[in-house]
Amino acid sequence: MKKPALEVSGFSFSFDGAPALKSVSFEIEEGEYVSVLGPNGAGKTTLLKNIIGVLKGGQGAIKIGREETKDFGQRELAKKISYVPQADGSAYPFTVWEFILLSRYPYLNPFSEVTASDKREAEEALKTVHMSRFKDRDMHTLSSGERQKVMISSCLAQNAEIFLLDEPTAFLDPKHEEEINIILKGLNRERGITIVSVTHNLNLAAMISDRILALKGGRLVYFGSSGAFMEEGVLRSVYDKEFKLMPHPDRNINIILPEAAY
Amino acid sequence: MKDINKDRAVSFLLALCIAAILVCPFIGMSDISLRSLVASKTGAPDFSIYWNIRLPRTLLAFMVGAVLSLCGMAFQAVFRNPLTTPFTLGVSSGAAFGAVAFIVFGAEMAFLGFAKSYLSAFAGALLSMFLIYMFTRLKGGFSTLAMLLAGVAINFFFSSLILFFQYAADFTKVFHTYRWLMGSLDTFGFAKVLGIAPFFILGSISVILFSNELNLMLLGEDMAVSRGLDAGRFKLVIFGICSLMTGACVSLCGVIGFVGIISPHICRLIVGSNHKYLAKSALLFGGLFMVICDTLSRKIMAPSEIPVGIITALLGGPFFIWLLLSKKGKPFSV
Repeated sequence: MKKPALEVSGFSFSFDGAPALKSVSFEIEEGEYVSVLGPNGAGKTTLLKNIIGVLKGGQGAIKIGREETKDFGQRELAKKISYVPQADGSAYPFTVWEFILLSRYPYLNPFSEVTASDKREAEEALKTVHMSRFKDRDMHTLSSGERQKVMISSCLAQNAEIFLLDEPTAFLDPKHEEEINIILKGLNRERGITIVSVTHNLNLAAMISDRILALKGGRLVYFGSSGAFMEEGVLRSVYDKEFKLMPHPDRNINIILPEAAY
Repeated sequence: MKDINKDRAVSFLLALCIAAILVCPFIGMSDISLRSLVASKTGAPDFSIYWNIRLPRTLLAFMVGAVLSLCGMAFQAVFRNPLTTPFTLGVSSGAAFGAVAFIVFGAEMAFLGFAKSYLSAFAGALLSMFLIYMFTRLKGGFSTLAMLLAGVAINFFFSSLILFFQYAADFTKVFHTYRWLMGSLDTFGFAKVLGIAPFFILGSISVILFSNELNLMLLGEDMAVSRGLDAGRFKLVIFGICSLMTGACVSLCGVIGFVGIISPHICRLIVGSNHKYLAKSALLFGGLFMVICDTLSRKIMAPSEIPVGIITALLGGPFFIWLLLSKKGKPFSV
């Protein structure tokens, strides 16, 4: 039996009295690829931010490798888990190389500079996402696709076992989206990195994920196989809308057809 | 700019600072020559001007400029806001309030070599720090925007109190408070230098050592936290260190504007936003800039002296605009 990588039990969180997560419980195993789905405002980003410790003060427990995250220091937590926030268009005033090295922060001694081994890890991380030649470029000159690859590479440099990604392929063209997904699935398969990714691309989620976790109104409404998720009844109950499904020609799974209801 | 050139820029600034500190004390209302200084004995006018007035004043100018520039840089990074100054969180108006209250209501007396108006000003600075701290505690969490707005509110609050005191006080005292508020690097002997030195040395070392943390803050709080920085606590640490440094400067030299907001931006345009280079540059440039402005302030209209705060903006404003124009196309960020 596999070990749990991330356990959330009876977790609730509210913003100034407005509940955003209501007693959410689930367990993600080591090396799993889980897509987090649900309508806007369902609490997906809030969940990720609570796991990473950006938001604090929720009730219930979040455990990583059986230890509660609130017992970790922020540095210790950052060695286990990394995060790619939603692309908000903010410009980072650094070169790619400076940016990647910043993710070595959890491993630096207080006030010390990066060492040769930090630099090796950073080189390696850039190589893995095929971005080595962008090393000296300024972050603000990258395209959205290149930027997302650098973001993923920074999680690698952080040596984290769990990646939390908030819509990593939003705003990307189909080619770059595929490229990012191949990189992520590759890291998941070959290095056993646990991936928890928020997305609105249901077809992609169904095909790439081991399991799907769906939130609605702050509650966990589905956590199980992607095959069973891609059913009309389940989708309707999560998104409050009708979907037209058909079997994927190559895989044993339903996919959603685009519709023209307008 | 390549990293090696950034290192060179820092070394170049250091050399300029040393040169300025060595040369500027000879310039002023009456210039001193090196020969006359060496030849002069204790008690001779040149000796006294150099050792009691000009050298301490130059060192004071350097430290005040360096502190304000470095604190402005740190606040701008931590709050991710290019308009932040070391005074934004209210420490200067707290100090000014302390000083004005003392000038209006207290009698001028000396204590441990410092006139009590300085101590009263420093107490005012501490009071405003305490108010901001309590506010953020009560608000729960150290939200950047809430802290900035609370600082702005505190600034207005103390400014109103100052206006009220000035309104109520007699004319000589009002003039006295007015001159205090303009800021001055006037000093006799090393008391003020020694008063600021501990804040300058300890504060600068810690801010420079926090370069990784400051860099992380530029990525935004979500990224900083996910990379292992306790952003809330770090904000508080920077707030504490920089407010103490700024409070000490303002208490002794009044409110000297401009250098704290523009000097860090000038350095960003030159060496970029990586605090590994930026922190040292901001410190050195701020100090150098203040030493030069102070020298000009006593030379331009000699024998009378222009308040240094007027020179900083008159000289620095156009220079900054020129630099901004010369870096066309580069996005401007904190």
